[in-house]
Amino acid sequence: MTESRYERAPGDRPSREMHASAPSEFLVYTIGLVVAVLLTATSFWTANTTLLWPGGVFLGLAVLAIAQMGIHLVFFLHISSGPESTNNVLALAFGVLIVFVVIAGTMWIVADMNTNMMMPSVAPMSTRMQH
Amino acid sequence: MNIAVAIDQIPQDALPSASEAGPAPKRVVVTYGFWIFLLSDIVMFAALFASYAVLVHSTAGGPTGAQLFNQSTVAIETVCLLLSSYTCGLMSLAINSRRYFRTYVGALITLALGAIFLSLEIREFLSMIAIGAAPQRSAFLSAFFTLVGCHGLHVALGLIWLIVMMVQVAVFGLSARVQRRLLCFSLFWHALDIVWVGVLTVVYLMGVSS
Amino acid sequence: MNLLGKLDWNAIPLHEPIIMGATGFMVLVVVVVLGFITAKGAWLYLWHEWLTSVDHKRIGAMYCILALVMMLRGFSDAIMIRSQQALAAGGAQGYLPPEHFNQIFSAHGTIMILFMAMPFVVGLMNFAVPLQLGVRDVAFPTLNSVSFWLTASGALLVNISLAVGEFSKATWWGYPPLSEMQYSPGVGVDYYLWSLQISGIGTLLAGINFVTTILKLRAPGMSYMRMPVFCWTALAANLLIVAAFPVLTATLAMLALDRYLGFHFFSLEGQGNQMLYSNLFWVWGHPEVYILILPAFGVFSEVMATFSGKPLFGYRSMVAATMTICILSFLVWLHHFFTMGASANVNGFFGVMSMIIALPTGAKVFNWLFTMYGGRVRFSVPVLWSIGFMVTFVIGGMTGVLMAVPPADFQLHNSVFLVAHFHNVAIGGVVFGVMAGYNYWFPKAFGFKLDERWGRASFWCWFVGFYVAFMPLYVLGLMGMTRRMQHYDNLSWQPWLIAAAFGTAIILAGVVCQVVQLVVSIRHRGELRDVTGDPWNGRTLEWATASPPPAWNFAFQPKVAGLDAFWSSKNRAQATKDEPTSARDYEPVEMPKNSATGFVTAFFAVVIGFALIWHIWWLAIVGLFGAFMTLLAFSFRRHNEIEVPAEEIARFVRSYQAGVAA
Repeated sequence: MTESRYERAPGDRPSREMHASAPSEFLVYTIGLVVAVLLTATSFWTANTTLLWPGGVFLGLAVLAIAQMGIHLVFFLHISSGPESTNNVLALAFGVLIVFVVIAGTMWIVADMNTNMMMPSVAPMSTRMQH
Repeated sequence: MNIAVAIDQIPQDALPSASEAGPAPKRVVVTYGFWIFLLSDIVMFAALFASYAVLVHSTAGGPTGAQLFNQSTVAIETVCLLLSSYTCGLMSLAINSRRYFRTYVGALITLALGAIFLSLEIREFLSMIAIGAAPQRSAFLSAFFTLVGCHGLHVALGLIWLIVMMVQVAVFGLSARVQRRLLCFSLFWHALDIVWVGVLTVVYLMGVSS
Repeated sequence: MNLLGKLDWNAIPLHEPIIMGATGFMVLVVVVVLGFITAKGAWLYLWHEWLTSVDHKRIGAMYCILALVMMLRGFSDAIMIRSQQALAAGGAQGYLPPEHFNQIFSAHGTIMILFMAMPFVVGLMNFAVPLQLGVRDVAFPTLNSVSFWLTASGALLVNISLAVGEFSKATWWGYPPLSEMQYSPGVGVDYYLWSLQISGIGTLLAGINFVTTILKLRAPGMSYMRMPVFCWTALAANLLIVAAFPVLTATLAMLALDRYLGFHFFSLEGQGNQMLYSNLFWVWGHPEVYILILPAFGVFSEVMATFSGKPLFGYRSMVAATMTICILSFLVWLHHFFTMGASANVNGFFGVMSMIIALPTGAKVFNWLFTMYGGRVRFSVPVLWSIGFMVTFVIGGMTGVLMAVPPADFQLHNSVFLVAHFHNVAIGGVVFGVMAGYNYWFPKAFGFKLDERWGRASFWCWFVGFYVAFMPLYVLGLMGMTRRMQHYDNLSWQPWLIAAAFGTAIILAGVVCQVVQLVVSIRHRGELRDVTGDPWNGRTLEWATASPPPAWNFAFQPKVAGLDAFWSSKNRAQATKDEPTSARDYEPVEMPKNSATGFVTAFFAVVIGFALIWHIWWLAIVGLFGAFMTLLAFSFRRHNEIEVPAEEIARFVRSYQAGVAA
């Protein structure tokens, strides 16, 4: 294993210098699993509870999902903010930006078009189109 | 291969910054390339998610998500995939410490959990088709089957990859090349679990709660 | 169940004389080329040195050759469009029936963008980037070969569609519902779908390859701010490839699911949403045009600096402008469909973003002008193309900003004004850029310069021809002429269209000059030989090698101390003369082994594509299995590198120095 002072392969274990102070890798994975299970359970509860208003359910689910993705990135994929991870983090940030633009942009545009063009919510189109 | 020069050959104090360190070691190059590939894959899923979000209410008078989704099946699928991510992580630990038996065991359990996930999902799809909720029924169902099916396809390809990798471990041992590929596999597998968190939340949980 | 799916003898369009003529010509050319290779006994050489090569220089050259060949195909489509429109005024119908005309403009767009411009740009990046970075090859050489061959597979499928079946009539966008099974029941849209999917995978893999190469493989000392600007634009373009092509993959897959399995993403039944396709297509489509133009910008930066004898003006602002364009190009895509139903809010946002993106481009133009100012400019052929670009692209950019205003676009959308605009930026920007790069790097790739006189002639024909062909279209657009018209009633349009056809003829002369230039240069390659490896007094590292460079690029890994690495080392010491010639001073170099993986994978890709197009399901499965086995075989290969002995390196350096001294 070539030791690199400057760059860490994404997903690779933290460098040797960190080992003295860092928890054992087994512990890292296990903590990640436990937190992820908790977040998953909470998500299921949120989806089924009557205690939250619908907007709250939606928001809660989104937050829990993002949190769980973060847990995966940090505990399973070892993404960190150190200088040896900069390229990995930048690439991830770029990807997240594109994902956001694609999803948010598409939803905004198509919803706007549907409203503007009075897209019917049930489909009478096919019957009207017959000729 | 001389493209990736070992970093120790260049005096460290002579290089003030990381970007001047010259070509990176092969492990870094290969896994970074795979990381970029994964990001491109995530963007493809984003396009499918966007399509699903746009079409989720286009049920054409047919069944909705709330009517179709079975939460206990989904919960078991989620637990299986999450546990398989964990066992994949343990497998990575075994690989790094070059323990062959633990590597094979970790791989086998990951494989089994992934296979359970897939079989549950296939069963879910077949049962939906059997009651007339096929992808040809409505735009919503087309989007559902494509998004969830694409993820399932990735899982299936991942399992095939894992089997091939275990053969390569047997043939080549835990050489540097095999280790790089296994590192790429674990990146892939964890990323699939991240995508599943999105599928679970957006498709199933938001579907049943609406 | 029919063993050959939908395929039968009716697939060959025997009743269409023009298509059969074109097919016959294509087959003749193929036979002549294959015969020529056989007569020269060159099959083994071709296989070992080119078809199975994983060398980025060879792959880059093959990409450019593919692009030049497909340019001829795309340009013949252009000649047919222009001549048809020049003739079909009033009651006249011209010589192309609508069914054929629709295939021609669909093929023209698809070929020119995806099988001419893309391969050319990727080919130039392939050739130059590793050399400029001071390394021996890209990050994943075999993957590079796979990428090229997948692109070639897509091109092959498009060409097969001429002879067997038909091409898409649904334009190069493939908007539903026209592209759905209901309105395009033939195989045309399927040819379009699968050739784009296959070549799209190749392009995506190339994008991953180059992002990794530029970010992780540079010579020691070459920090980000010491990279040549061409490498920065290559980085931006490849980031866009990685970000945008997956969206195209998903979109085409959804259309394929609609067509093959009766899904309802974009269909009229089942509450499909047709605008979803338009939206997703352009999410890819807009970054695509920036993927094409950014490397062209990079070529101009290199050419301007070299031939002005000065460093590029404003390096930092060039880098900033490039990366800004990269990000902004993802925020403008709706301007391709302002008129298709969005509200003023949405149109306004994207209109403003489209205007903003002109700013960093403007900054770049000023930097190029300031690079020339105060320099001793040599008006070589690459510089002619660059100056032609600056004038032409600026005009095209301005008409673009004009159409970025939604109310204006409501008048001009899908008129020939739009056609003139995008040809203005595509020809003035991309084509002029790849021509400049082609003339600039040709001596490095093949060891001899291209003939100057014919180069100048080709430039002037293209330049003048472009204006004569497309300025009338601006006028016609303002007069109300829609694009893609097979015939029209308004006789006042005809003179302008005749002028445009005449312009096309002038461009044809330019293309002929380019062919002649190549033939003449090969014939006179002795006199045109580049002995030193630095024919233009270059500034960047690729000129520090022999022409053509050896497979290993550099005998020693260069260590870089500043920008324009080669320029500073040239002026410091006579580096090349003092290079050691004894084998004792060199270390053996490990180079990646050639591989048939790319070629064989592409073969199976063509099989899969053709089988899916014609619904020959068993053949598609066979193809998939073959592709999988090819990948498996490659992954189990034991020996991935060959060692180039030190003696061979020393021998190369000796012969290079002998050539320089002579």
